Amino acid sequence: MVALWIILGIILLLIIFAIGIYNSLVREKMQVKNAWSQIDVQIKRRHDLIPNLVNAVKGYMKYEKETLTQVIEARAKAVSARDKGDLKEIGKAEGELSGILGRLFALFERYPDLKANQNVMALQEELTNTENKISFARQFYNDMTMKYNTSIQVFPKNIIAGMFGFRPFDFFEVEKPEEREVPEVDLNV
Amino acid sequence: MSEIITFYDLQRKNLRKTIFLIIFFLVIAGVIGFLVDSYFLGFPQKSSFPFATFIALLISGTQSLVSYFNGDKIVLFSVGARPANPEIFEEKQLINIVEEMKIASGLPMPKVYIIETDVPNAFATGRDPEHSSVAVTRGLMKILNREELQGVIGHEMAHIRNRDILTMTVAATLLGIIVLLSDLALRGLWWGGGRRRRDRGKGSGNAIVLILLLVLAILAPIIARLIFLAISRSREYLADASSAELTRNPVALAKALEKLALNQKGKPIGNKAVSHMCVVSPLRSSLMEKENFWANLWSTHPPIQKRIFYLKRMAHAA
Repeated sequence: MVALWIILGIILLLIIFAIGIYNSLVREKMQVKNAWSQIDVQIKRRHDLIPNLVNAVKGYMKYEKETLTQVIEARAKAVSARDKGDLKEIGKAEGELSGILGRLFALFERYPDLKANQNVMALQEELTNTENKISFARQFYNDMTMKYNTSIQVFPKNIIAGMFGFRPFDFFEVEKPEEREVPEVDLNV
Repeated sequence: MSEIITFYDLQRKNLRKTIFLIIFFLVIAGVIGFLVDSYFLGFPQKSSFPFATFIALLISGTQSLVSYFNGDKIVLFSVGARPANPEIFEEKQLINIVEEMKIASGLPMPKVYIIETDVPNAFATGRDPEHSSVAVTRGLMKILNREELQGVIGHEMAHIRNRDILTMTVAATLLGIIVLLSDLALRGLWWGGGRRRRDRGKGSGNAIVLILLLVLAILAPIIARLIFLAISRSREYLADASSAELTRNPVALAKALEKLALNQKGKPIGNKAVSHMCVVSPLRSSLMEKENFWANLWSTHPPIQKRIFYLKRMAHAA
């Protein structure tokens, strides 16, 4: 009789323990999803801003048709990558978009009229802002993902994770064609 | 993991410093009040209640509470800051940059203020990250490019994260009061003391208290200044390093500091009590390249050249 109670007690404790693990896994998963939604909002905003920018500058940049077409194509690719939801593809498409936008902004220097256009300047600032936000939010997302992915693989959490089908998330890397250049260092300070 | 503990330690340390500052402030106010009592009001022989001490403690106690809860508003008001207007391009850009640093640091969004002056500088204030503000001068936005401005904002976000802003804000508001109180004591001594001598002659006991009061009235602001200078030095290096960690771009902040050093001309924004809060101290001593004992003792910030050197070394190491 006593042995039965002890066994029942142990089972009860195990169930409570399992519930605790399950809840902590759900919490961590929600953190990853929240972190991702922060990035996704910015990606969406960026895609919405680009047609406005192209419309605003195409009157000035008659000789840059090719670059503008590339921008539109890169955006289309990024939009479809976002719809598919594959992080590797999104990262690649966004990286390409950043590269081509960087080239477009560099071209602005040749058109003094453009630099005087308030609307274009505001759009450029907003695009720079979204790109920076994506890159800073990425750090946070990857940290959360690392934490969650570790949790579902370590014992004993992996048992609960396996039972309820918790799957690992992908990390998010933006592959930029040209990475931020190595900062110059002046050693004669 | 170790990083989290470090920030937690820093925050506790800053809370301790703030409490110490407030106690120090109360003691100084109390001593000044007591000396006024014993010299002017004849406590304990003539009057049975130390009125001046009581009033000094009441005022300084209230002031401590006000500086804790509303210090940020006092500081912002004293430098003539106004909220940034997202309709104006430069100010919208500033708000965007603060948002970026908010995401990078994981802190709540601080309020963004503009100060209309050509002196390039910036500071953060507030009692905790939930009640924080960042103020930037027009001059700073004019001379820095976007990346450099980001470095400066990163530096201010680091002050917010480490709770430096609490200590700095309380110090700024209390310092103003200590100077004011000792000013009043000196003035009272001047007028009241003269009248007294004519009326009743002078006792030797009174003369000693008079000298004490005089010495204290002169020393109090100096002591107060020294104290808060001493508690506020290494945190500038730390905020620079944290800024580099947030922006991943130490060179931009180094360039920003270089431009700031060139454009400072020793002019503070608002009054001197705010200068220790700024990203670059407007006072000459911290702009000097040399670091000697006296320059160290009087400056709230490390020499700017040294800060630039460390930032560039960080870029080199990365």
